[in-house]
Amino acid sequence: MSAKQALVPAVPGARDVPVLEIADLAVSYRGDTGFQPVVHGVSLQVRPGEIVALVGESGSGKTTTAQAVIGLLAENGRVDSGAIRLNGTDIAGWSQTRLDTVRGRRISLIPQDPTSSLNPVKTIGAQIAEVFRIHRQGSRDEIEKHVIDLLARVGLSQPELRARQYPHELSGGMRQRVLIAIAIALRPALIIADEPTSALDVTVQKRILDLIDGLREEFGTAVLLVTHDLGVAADRADRLVVLKGGRIQEQGTTDEILAAPRSEYTRKLLADAPSLAKAQTFPRTAGFRRSDGDPVVIVENLVQDFPVDHGPRKTFRAVDGVSFKVERGTTHAIVGESGSGKTTTARSIVGFQKPTSGRILVDGIDITSLRGEALRQFRRSIQLVYQNPFASLDPLQTIFRIVEEPLLNFDPVPREDRARKVHTIVERVGLPPSVLSRKPRALSGGQRQRVAIARALMLEPKVLVLDEAVSALDVTVQAQILALLDELQRDLGLTYLFISHDLAVVRQISDTVSVLQGGRQVDAGTVEDVFLRPGSPYTRELIAAIPGRRKADRRDVSPVFIGADS
Amino acid sequence: MTSMNTTGRSLLQNDAGVLEGSSRVFAAGHVGNLSGLQWLASLRGIKPGLVLAWSVIAIVVLWGLFPHWFTSYSGTVGVARQQLRAPSADHWLGTDALGRDLLARIIYGTSQSLSGAIVAVGVGLLVGTALGLVAGSARGKVESAVMRGVDVLLSIPQLLLSLSIVILLGFGTVNAAIAVGVTSIASFARLARSEVVRVRASDYVEAAFGSGGTFLRVLLRHILPNSLTSVIALAALQFGSAILAISTLGFLGYGAPPPTPEWGLLIAEGRNYIARAWWLTTAPGLVVILVVLSANRISRSFGKAGA
Repeated sequence: MSAKQALVPAVPGARDVPVLEIADLAVSYRGDTGFQPVVHGVSLQVRPGEIVALVGESGSGKTTTAQAVIGLLAENGRVDSGAIRLNGTDIAGWSQTRLDTVRGRRISLIPQDPTSSLNPVKTIGAQIAEVFRIHRQGSRDEIEKHVIDLLARVGLSQPELRARQYPHELSGGMRQRVLIAIAIALRPALIIADEPTSALDVTVQKRILDLIDGLREEFGTAVLLVTHDLGVAADRADRLVVLKGGRIQEQGTTDEILAAPRSEYTRKLLADAPSLAKAQTFPRTAGFRRSDGDPVVIVENLVQDFPVDHGPRKTFRAVDGVSFKVERGTTHAIVGESGSGKTTTARSIVGFQKPTSGRILVDGIDITSLRGEALRQFRRSIQLVYQNPFASLDPLQTIFRIVEEPLLNFDPVPREDRARKVHTIVERVGLPPSVLSRKPRALSGGQRQRVAIARALMLEPKVLVLDEAVSALDVTVQAQILALLDELQRDLGLTYLFISHDLAVVRQISDTVSVLQGGRQVDAGTVEDVFLRPGSPYTRELIAAIPGRRKADRRDVSPVFIGADS
Repeated sequence: MTSMNTTGRSLLQNDAGVLEGSSRVFAAGHVGNLSGLQWLASLRGIKPGLVLAWSVIAIVVLWGLFPHWFTSYSGTVGVARQQLRAPSADHWLGTDALGRDLLARIIYGTSQSLSGAIVAVGVGLLVGTALGLVAGSARGKVESAVMRGVDVLLSIPQLLLSLSIVILLGFGTVNAAIAVGVTSIASFARLARSEVVRVRASDYVEAAFGSGGTFLRVLLRHILPNSLTSVIALAALQFGSAILAISTLGFLGYGAPPPTPEWGLLIAEGRNYIARAWWLTTAPGLVVILVVLSANRISRSFGKAGA
């Protein structure tokens, strides 16, 4: 294999024919009122061995563009005009059958969601072998050998065992490696990676991106990376293409765009991306800090067991001895990856489940002893804002009724007072009064999250628990919601408990932080202490995995990937 | 019964699909003409199959409410020397052995069949949904008890169950309707329970509890309204099969006693003359089929709107 040759750095112009050239592509979707254009005249090039990132928010047309390239547009989508040239051949008008001859062989896809992209009833080995069989490559024994080699190549331990396993036996990161193995099986010239790591934890994300990077350097494969995460794009891509509303805002080399963005929109994106903010600044601690040494939430030695169905009296310990204090008017963050027990901790604090042992004091009341009516009354002082604003609002109710509801649950308030209060709060969270008569589905994600915050504020709680409250939002919307939360905290003296997996966001808005791993608290303290002097190797790993910080030294990373299973 | 339902359903489905497909191709061919496009787009929103289904139901409802608007003949009294006439200008669907106009009998029989179906669906909807709501929201032992009872109901063949109930209650249209209704309790209960369990697990229900809502308030404010969409679709579907089931009971002689015109009874009476007067069984049979298919089509549109 000519690995050495492929290692030649991908300098623009070094090779003549681009692997992929999109010229003036326009795509539209059929809706209720005819065809709705979503991509307008997008042109871009991907040269051999190059990573080009297609960056944009939801609805920017980035995924549609990628789907058009590989001929996998949704049924109601069509390419209106433009050319898609693969190594100089225009494939835009090709039929599905004809596209099958290049898909997998010359161009392949790493899908977004590793949990739903593998067939649950076939073994991993059979699913990888399928690629070879479709393209009639080699005998049965040869294919088997290829499969094992590929599994080893993408860094899975015990490849023979993995080939015999089913998707549900593998973790999310391992499944994403299997999908990468399928994508690189026939050494395509171009891989389209559609948000390949968005569903994964940060440390796993880093390993997967390292793997893609390593494969590119080894085989000289070009990668079209579709991502909403500017940090990831800045870290990994040679060139960036910024999309908004189906139009290219700006394209150029990553260094140029990061150093001197030309378009207004790119500047805004860069300013709003928490992971690209300067690591040294701690705006929270520099400015607002009004701790008067009065803890409003005290968690002592919290333990939470869950019964496991199989096995006699077996329990799973989700949270194991977590303790922290949150002072009035400050923000405490609970950070960890999936399965670390951060959401379980939050739900115990809000009173949705009884802890197995330990104490939780909110405003001096031990909530572990509360039940029935006392627990209901306690809910006035602490409110939860959910991660997914699409699921946390009743789809049948108007915004007015949703925001009004908490008031109806306690002492009767006259109708006019209720209406006045709803109007005040909705205005307070920055929504126009016109939304009150609408249903949630007529609102955007950011607007819905504002409604959820308004509802949580109706009872004038002392503590607001934000469970990944900004994780599902686009960066610019996320920045707006974070600004709103900050403003509300200053004005109303709220205390926040901020649950998040995103260290970049946590660094931006928290005063103190607890780091959880496998239910245990491995690190705690002020944000400066934890970020600048991490006390545990796990915290160090988490901080190192924040994307957008290693742009400068990326090229020094050895092409050998980390072999550990993710 | 069931197999007939599903066949009819898929037939209509195909029909609607073809129509939608053809209008889509048509629209794509006329991209240049903007006003034409808009006109076609507005036309595409209308589903001919669904319009037809609603008109069938509307006509049948009018028959049930105002039978005398549609026919000048009596539903029960025959005309002398007019026995077993074939369909003609005077008697559109012919006459039976006692000289009664068949169309009039069908029209006057509508109120029997329709009110029977409404009672049957009402019994199933109210009792079944209530059971499902209790089971789905209470959980634990209550749920187990209710759902095992429902399983028992499901395990008895529907016709056998409704026959047993009719025999216990005595013959008659209302009793037959109740008997048919009881057999549908189980499917309503199962559907309602699964919807309630789904809605109960949603974030907005938890948020409602979190903002201090009591169990009953959350149940009425969030769980019930959000569970109802699929239940309503099932009710429309059951309306069709209830008409069929009531006609079956009428056919077997457990429904309204003669000379009451009831669709199932009409088919049964006509059976004796099938060699000489085929229209006596065919016409009421076709009416039953049309109404059942229409109910299925409407139910499907509800299901889609809910999804």
